[in-house]
Amino acid sequence: MNRVPDGGAGRPGKRSMLSAMIAGLVVAAVLAPLAERRLGLWAAPVLAAIPAAFAAVVLMNLPRGGGVALAEVRPWVSELGAELAFSLDGLAAVMALLVAGIGALILVYAGAYMAGKPTRGRLLAYLLAFLAAMLGLVLADNVVTLFVFWEATSVVSFLLIGFDHHKGESRAAAVQALLVTGAGGLAMLAGLILAGLAAGDLGLPVTQAWRISAWAAVDLRQHPHYFPMLLLILAGAATKSAQWPFHFWLPGAMAAPTPVSALLHSATMVKAGVFLLARLSPHLGGTSEWGWLVTSAGVVTMLVGASMALGQRDLKRILAYTTVSVLGTLTMLLGVGTELAVKSAVVLLVAHALYKAALFLVAGNVDHGTGTRDITALGGLARHLPWTFTAAVLAALSMAGAPPMFGFVGKELLYTSKLDLEALGAKLVVAAVLANVALVAAAGMVAVKPFLFRRRELSHPPHEASPFMLLGPLLLGLAGLFVGLVPATFDRTLGPAMAAAILGREVEMKLKLWHGLSVEALTVLVLSTVTVGGGVGLFLLLRRRMATARRLLELASRVGPTRAFNAGLAALPTAADRLSRLVQIPSLGRSLSVIIAATLSVAAPSLILLGLPSLPAGLAQVQLHEVALAVLILAGAVMAVVFPKRLAAVVALGLSGLGIALLFALFSAPDLAMTQIMVESLTVILLALLFAHLPPSPERSSHAERLGHALLAGGAGVVMALFVLAVMPGSFPPSTSEYYLAESFPAAHGRNVVNVILVDFRALDTLGEITVVALAGLGVWALLRLRPDNDRGGEP
Amino acid sequence: MTSFILRAATGYLMPLLLLLSVFMLLRGHNEPGGGFIGGLLAAAAFAFHALAWGPQATLQLLRADPRTIIAAGLAAALVAGGVAAAAGGPFLTAHWLPVALPGIGKVGTPLLFDVGVYLVVVGTTTLILLTLGED
Repeated sequence: MNRVPDGGAGRPGKRSMLSAMIAGLVVAAVLAPLAERRLGLWAAPVLAAIPAAFAAVVLMNLPRGGGVALAEVRPWVSELGAELAFSLDGLAAVMALLVAGIGALILVYAGAYMAGKPTRGRLLAYLLAFLAAMLGLVLADNVVTLFVFWEATSVVSFLLIGFDHHKGESRAAAVQALLVTGAGGLAMLAGLILAGLAAGDLGLPVTQAWRISAWAAVDLRQHPHYFPMLLLILAGAATKSAQWPFHFWLPGAMAAPTPVSALLHSATMVKAGVFLLARLSPHLGGTSEWGWLVTSAGVVTMLVGASMALGQRDLKRILAYTTVSVLGTLTMLLGVGTELAVKSAVVLLVAHALYKAALFLVAGNVDHGTGTRDITALGGLARHLPWTFTAAVLAALSMAGAPPMFGFVGKELLYTSKLDLEALGAKLVVAAVLANVALVAAAGMVAVKPFLFRRRELSHPPHEASPFMLLGPLLLGLAGLFVGLVPATFDRTLGPAMAAAILGREVEMKLKLWHGLSVEALTVLVLSTVTVGGGVGLFLLLRRRMATARRLLELASRVGPTRAFNAGLAALPTAADRLSRLVQIPSLGRSLSVIIAATLSVAAPSLILLGLPSLPAGLAQVQLHEVALAVLILAGAVMAVVFPKRLAAVVALGLSGLGIALLFALFSAPDLAMTQIMVESLTVILLALLFAHLPPSPERSSHAERLGHALLAGGAGVVMALFVLAVMPGSFPPSTSEYYLAESFPAAHGRNVVNVILVDFRALDTLGEITVVALAGLGVWALLRLRPDNDRGGEP
Repeated sequence: MTSFILRAATGYLMPLLLLLSVFMLLRGHNEPGGGFIGGLLAAAAFAFHALAWGPQATLQLLRADPRTIIAAGLAAALVAGGVAAAAGGPFLTAHWLPVALPGIGKVGTPLLFDVGVYLVVVGTTTLILLTLGED
């Protein structure tokens, strides 16, 4: 493929455009709550201008064929090949247009959907942050960039799914989605690292090995690690794109507010896995392993999703399961990987994004206007919500694959691509027809059932949505009609560019509503007719027999992966509890004994192996006051053990501490001495305060126990002293301290080397230390304040 | 338990200890001292106050929740490090003002970092002291 990694080189102004646009979205996300407070209802349309501008930039820089229109590389950790690399090829352009365009419409929608709610600013902020992450992901050309943005979408979607965090159901769904996609993301990271290492093995320099577009120069399929690499990357793609058996998090994620579902769970995030397959298929695809794994995952998902959709009552859950089904179809097509299959995946991906986002917004309007999303409670709404109904019909026709919609073109192509295959083709065609029959019926349940037929009693009269909430679904529905009627807008521009990026070679694309009268074209037409007819029949049947269908599916879901996931999640804390009971003794004294004994058992043998140290020279010159200090320290320690009263023991220990502080002062370490004195004083106060919480007199241990403790403590003291002696005689290289002493004033403007090391030379260490100090303080506070028997603060 | 001697002594000792703690913080770069020792001195001052007047009174004197002081300290240290990152250098590289301020000396991000250490130490120690002392 003829990619141009420095495609923007001739136009320096455009070189940093992509990262600037992503940064702009992040800034907008930060400012969104403020904007919402200032502008109210108009905040959302104003903020939507930013993703809209993003879409406009992509439209003005459309890549032609397999080329790259914009590219950008910013060094990050160059030695490891990590860089921020973005490139706008056909695949990235289509995905970015979908994400930014649909994102802008959904922002406008969300502003009106959340009208009057205090959390609106937060929702807009999360949505913008999500757009930034998603656009970074689709534009990424480096493994590290890709992974960072991939994880960012997982994290932001966790916040979005759990948006109504006061509801337990939302929190559970958010955790489930994060665990499933997060685990997949880690597997993908391992796979991508294998791929990068393999590219290095095959001869790419480190600056190229981690850049995805550069992999075209080598053949990763030849590498011995190809299969594990493929499996790990597929795990990431399958979890993100809700492939069976990881599909269950997606219907759960419907706990999110409807605009979120429309954005994440139709057009963008769930497509990330499919996007990853498409992005990597020129480098990893085309093998029999790829074909079997990807195709079979796709087929199973397609059928499971389609059948599960039919048993649902909630509008959003029906849509979620149909999304699972379509994601399966897309995966299957990428698994097949022929030119026709890829073209049909391209068309289906775009058509699905348009109609599914529209249908989610329709579901939101119905929910908003009636207060329910239960299709058994809805009917005859067409009169009350005429515009919503129009949008629903446009989108549902595309979903059902009826002419002249874009979805029709997509399905025709889908069937053609299957007939194109030899033996496997017939089976795949049957599977695809079955799934599409179910999709047609689901389209009826979403877009026909609530609007036509007998009117149901509702708690309050239904009302039509506001213009802001109609703009999105109507535009998206009309877009599906427009591209279906004028396919040249797609098959001359975006379509072939995207297909070329996936296939890795230039392709032509020709989409038609009417294929003429060849045998093949007529077969496809018959299949399409059978699909629509079968779907309508199934819908009419289901409308009467909803309850039966639901009962059947409930039985089926008893053995599904959801149960396995929930059982695993429930077993985790139990297992953790058992493990901590096993290794953690509920007595501080005994825990300390174990730690000290373990340390001694490692340290003592190594001392013997090293040879016992000799006494340092110059012991004879020890001054009298030094001996006196040593005696003071020892006396304090002995008294602390012997004194029966706690307070007396603490004071005795303070004596030891003061002696040590004086030693520091004597050996010219004034900083240490001062710190030691302060710590000693504060410790006495702390312990004195602590005694107020303890029973009046301590329980004495038995003599045997005390003997054991004495042996352990004595052993620890002796071993520690021997260690100090062993490392003393000049084993430090003098260069380190000389460097600090020499550089302290000229380089760091400080004469106190200790402090200069703390705040400048080794400031990162200090930053870590003060973080630990802060956490320890918070830990003490939490332990004291949030005890179950304490009603002073916090939760019980 | 009320000790009038302690209360009277606190009135004189506390301002002195607090002044000393700031002095220690500022001179730390060239003479013995620094944020850690300064923070411990200030914490000792507040401990005195808490022993004399009770933790509730100390909390009122502090005005800010000790947890907020900890957060402010960590934020100061992060900002001190972030200046270098914003200027394009490695995180935590020292940056200095070109002129020395009278009475303080050279001013730069290490001083801000030390102020962060000071605040974290004060905040953590008083948090533990006051939580333990509450009844």
